[in-house]
Amino acid sequence: MTFTRRNFLRAAAGGTAAAAACATLASSPAEARDNKKLPDNAIGLLYDSTLCIGCKACMSGCKDANDLPLEDNIGEKLWDTPLELSGKTYTVIKIYQHGTMENKDKAENGFAHIKRQCLHCVDPSCVSACPVSAMTKHEKTGVVEYNKDACIGCRYCVAACPFGVPQFQYDTPTPQIAKCQLCKHRLAEGKIPACAQQCPTGATIFGTYPQLSAEIERRKAMKAGEPNLFPRRTTDSGDNHERAAAEYVDHVYGQKDAGGTQVRYLSGVPFDKLALPVGLPERSYAADSETLQHTLYGGLILPGVALAGLVAAAWRGSKDHHDDDENHGGHSHG
Amino acid sequence: MVNHPIPSEVASRLRKPKAGHAAVGGRLLSPFTLVLGALIAVAMYFLAQRFIHGLGAVTNINNGYPWGIWVVWDVVIATGFACGGYAMALVVYILNKGEYHHLVRPALTASLFGYSLGGLSVLIDLGRYWNFWHILSPTYAQPGSVMFEVAVCISLYVVVLWIEFSPAFLEHLGMKDVKKTLNKFMFVFIGLGVLLPTMHQSSLGSLLVVFGAQIHPLWQTPLLPLLFLLTAVCMGFAIVILEATLAAVGFKRDIHEELPLLSKIGKIITGILVAYLVIRIGDLIVRGAIFSVFTSGVKSVMFLIEMAAFAYPIAVLSSPTNRRRLSKLLAAAMSMLTGAVLYRIDAFLVAYDTGPGWHYFPSAPEMMVTIGVIAIEVLAYIVFVRKFPILPGHSTTAAAE
Repeated sequence: MTFTRRNFLRAAAGGTAAAAACATLASSPAEARDNKKLPDNAIGLLYDSTLCIGCKACMSGCKDANDLPLEDNIGEKLWDTPLELSGKTYTVIKIYQHGTMENKDKAENGFAHIKRQCLHCVDPSCVSACPVSAMTKHEKTGVVEYNKDACIGCRYCVAACPFGVPQFQYDTPTPQIAKCQLCKHRLAEGKIPACAQQCPTGATIFGTYPQLSAEIERRKAMKAGEPNLFPRRTTDSGDNHERAAAEYVDHVYGQKDAGGTQVRYLSGVPFDKLALPVGLPERSYAADSETLQHTLYGGLILPGVALAGLVAAAWRGSKDHHDDDENHGGHSHG
Repeated sequence: MVNHPIPSEVASRLRKPKAGHAAVGGRLLSPFTLVLGALIAVAMYFLAQRFIHGLGAVTNINNGYPWGIWVVWDVVIATGFACGGYAMALVVYILNKGEYHHLVRPALTASLFGYSLGGLSVLIDLGRYWNFWHILSPTYAQPGSVMFEVAVCISLYVVVLWIEFSPAFLEHLGMKDVKKTLNKFMFVFIGLGVLLPTMHQSSLGSLLVVFGAQIHPLWQTPLLPLLFLLTAVCMGFAIVILEATLAAVGFKRDIHEELPLLSKIGKIITGILVAYLVIRIGDLIVRGAIFSVFTSGVKSVMFLIEMAAFAYPIAVLSSPTNRRRLSKLLAAAMSMLTGAVLYRIDAFLVAYDTGPGWHYFPSAPEMMVTIGVIAIEVLAYIVFVRKFPILPGHSTTAAAE
């Protein structure tokens, strides 16, 4: 009797496992999550390294607009001297230098600037990683926003970001994640992000994603060395200045990298020299991670089936050899 | 070391083959427990610093390596160590091998403390710990996050472990009826007690998938969850063997009765290890990452040490004679444990490269906190096995003390 029941249950458990395996295989194509799509009213920035003169007005504007403290990393106590993004710095201008540094925007014996800040990914790793919805992507504008009141400080976003953007504050008992939120408070007032507002050369300009795409196309079509007009602050500000177009590398950083970003870069030197990760896949890491999670846990179907099988097996197991404590009342506990 | 059984006691055991669990008894205050107490006090001092001045005052973590040993050791590895209860439940109840039954409760005890303290360690490490409950609140929860899944499963599992363990309490408190009722439904919790670790131990690996290219190709793979699950089972069984040995030595108990069971576990382990190595290396070949085995500097060295630590126990335990010797079993278990610990350290820290200029090595105060957490765990285990019926009830010398 026991024998047949056991066999039956064993078969049942085996069947459960097989069903679970089939469910996995069958569900994976359907559950696979593609890259998230760009929101309809996506906005962003274009940073053109060839226009940047390294004046750091954007950094100063950012600190002012976001109430961030100055930091001194070189011991001179003369200026705000962040060397990288930090718990006190949302954006920083860094410089690539090579050889004699004679040629601006050239890799050989040249130099070039790069603006570090949140790239506002189309499909952000930080948003996918955050367990408590403290990192969110605005469904209309696509701005990646942070809510300190939701945040538990686990730093999964810090670790996950392929660009090393979110910065945790290690020097306070009430830390937050520091990161550019595209001046969402200024946007709410109808203003543009402070860095774009302050930039004197239009190296950083603000616009809708399509406006910036058109501007990128226009600049890439320019002939190197010929005079062209470049707008300041926004693509349609009408406040233009004329200068000779630089020679751009083909790569528009952020067009496709890691699933695309809403802050995009143009440059005269290859982006690996500007300390940005190159070779990132077009499929976002968030899509990889969530496809895996959805495949395993989508609708809690697999865990449910597995639990049924396990409980059945445990029930059978506990029937066959019940807790032997029942038979040993004579044992002393001392 | 094996205590050679006294013939008269062997005879008495033969008369009563189904020994239950019994409290070991004995004094709680000893030089060893005092040292543990001192280590805990030191950890408390540094923890106070952490809560007054922030994580940077005590740890070396930074924005390039935001997760240090308080995550990688105290949670990722410690919960792996605490998989003894999971591994034993898997064998005893699910694979229907009731013969291992009296190894379950000691394993469960270690799991209980490992997981409970793993959960508490999370609070130490969370920057905004006062918000920790958000992760379990539908208002905030973000189900797409691997971290969310890990946190929910670990929290539930801690509850399940306490329920699974409660018969030992109820027995002590003389609440026989409650215990009886609970035991009727215990199979549900045993089922959950296998499902939940399966989910979160694999998800500890899935945590790294979103890191993408920041994890070296020798470790970054869609099979991370499977590899983490297998190493969790490895660690669980290794701890069962280690624990049986330590309990025998530390409490001067006779291990003779457990040895045949341990050697059978040795056989199971061999199978799991072979599966692990085949999957691990097969995956490297399929992804073409096998070529970086010798060309990645420190990472290559760490990878090869890992592989050796997994291969050695297969070599030892494939011989049935070795499986019957405690020294060999223990050596194999320790090697396997080393391999699994290294795998997790490597995957989370060594393989993690967030760009040039970032370094991490734990600070001394940071390590003292981790050591303090381990001390709490060991101390709690000692108190529990002395006070509650945890270990199989055939103690020898300790009972006479």
